[in-house]
Amino acid sequence: MNEVIDSLVQVLTKYSLITAFAVIGFTVWVSYYVSERLMHGWLHGSSIAILIGLTLAYIGGVKTGGSRGISDVELFAGIGVLGGTMLRDLAIVSNAFGVKLDEFRKTGWSGVISLLVGVFIAFFIGTLVAYSFGYRDPVSITTIGAGAATFLVGPVTGSALGASSEVIALSITAGLTKSILVMSATPFVAKYIGLNNPRSALIYGGLMGTTSGVTGGLAATDPKLVPYGAMSATFYTGLGCLLGPSIIYLLIRQIV
Amino acid sequence: MAIYGTALLSASLLIGLIFGNLLGILIGVDANVGGVGIAMLLLITLTARLQKSGRIKAPTEAGVLFWSSIYIPIVVAMAASQNVIAAVKGGPMGILAGALTVFTCFALVPLISRLGWSDSEPREPS
Repeated sequence: MNEVIDSLVQVLTKYSLITAFAVIGFTVWVSYYVSERLMHGWLHGSSIAILIGLTLAYIGGVKTGGSRGISDVELFAGIGVLGGTMLRDLAIVSNAFGVKLDEFRKTGWSGVISLLVGVFIAFFIGTLVAYSFGYRDPVSITTIGAGAATFLVGPVTGSALGASSEVIALSITAGLTKSILVMSATPFVAKYIGLNNPRSALIYGGLMGTTSGVTGGLAATDPKLVPYGAMSATFYTGLGCLLGPSIIYLLIRQIV
Repeated sequence: MAIYGTALLSASLLIGLIFGNLLGILIGVDANVGGVGIAMLLLITLTARLQKSGRIKAPTEAGVLFWSSIYIPIVVAMAASQNVIAAVKGGPMGILAGALTVFTCFALVPLISRLGWSDSEPREPS
């Protein structure tokens, strides 16, 4: 019996990407079944699948103490490849196939404005929260503000300014919370914020900025909107990394 | 052949990422600035041209469409490899900073959507 289990584990580990296709496929199937049969479409199948994914990530984190969710379990390492940057970016770009360029032109300046507002609002709120929790040095405050932008802007800004590793970890928490919340809450708020056309999706992408959150949230809301949100969101992290350690840090240093 | 579509898609992504990297170096940040966005624009323009001249055949399209059709499973896999533990454990301050930002930005979506509509332009039904 042990040999059977051993060879099973061996095959699943060796062919980890294939295992990932099977496991994720099964997860998606279960999610759509639950959505249609048990919830009568009240919660979309893809939202359920993403929530199950996040739960798996939590379980993986508890079991292994690692930082890459369920993919730190050797058996499920392929999930990390399937959901990693490489294939994710390929799939995001593939969504642009058949999209009309006019939709981007129509958004015009409000796309750019949403990016700038998004970055500044994130820094502003992150900074306020840091200040109200008793932080007074501009470096820590800026780093935590940067984390509220995305979990990449936080560490990039923090290491550029020489923040402590504790503060950098906090900024990552802020960014991760943002990404996970955007991913799971978007389908619920979509109808209240008019998120049902390419234009508002582009603006939403620019305001939120977290590529994983935006693409996950839009996929669960309406997959047709993904390319528009992703398009503006991919500029956000770069803009945040550019403004954070420079203009925003100088501004905060003036005020504090 | 399907590989033509996948190759076109891959080439667009690679070129976009290279430009994104260069853009990052140019403005002095250690990040890829809009690489994926540039790749999307590239794919849109390329396919529009090729479609116009009728050089994209159905199998070629299938080589692109496969990847967009497994987009949601990829997002699920991405969700499953997030550092959820760190987000939960990192303390109330990080969580509060992230959550407040998200809800403020949600509220701003309709506000900014209203900006820049000209009167001559028909509004999209909401």
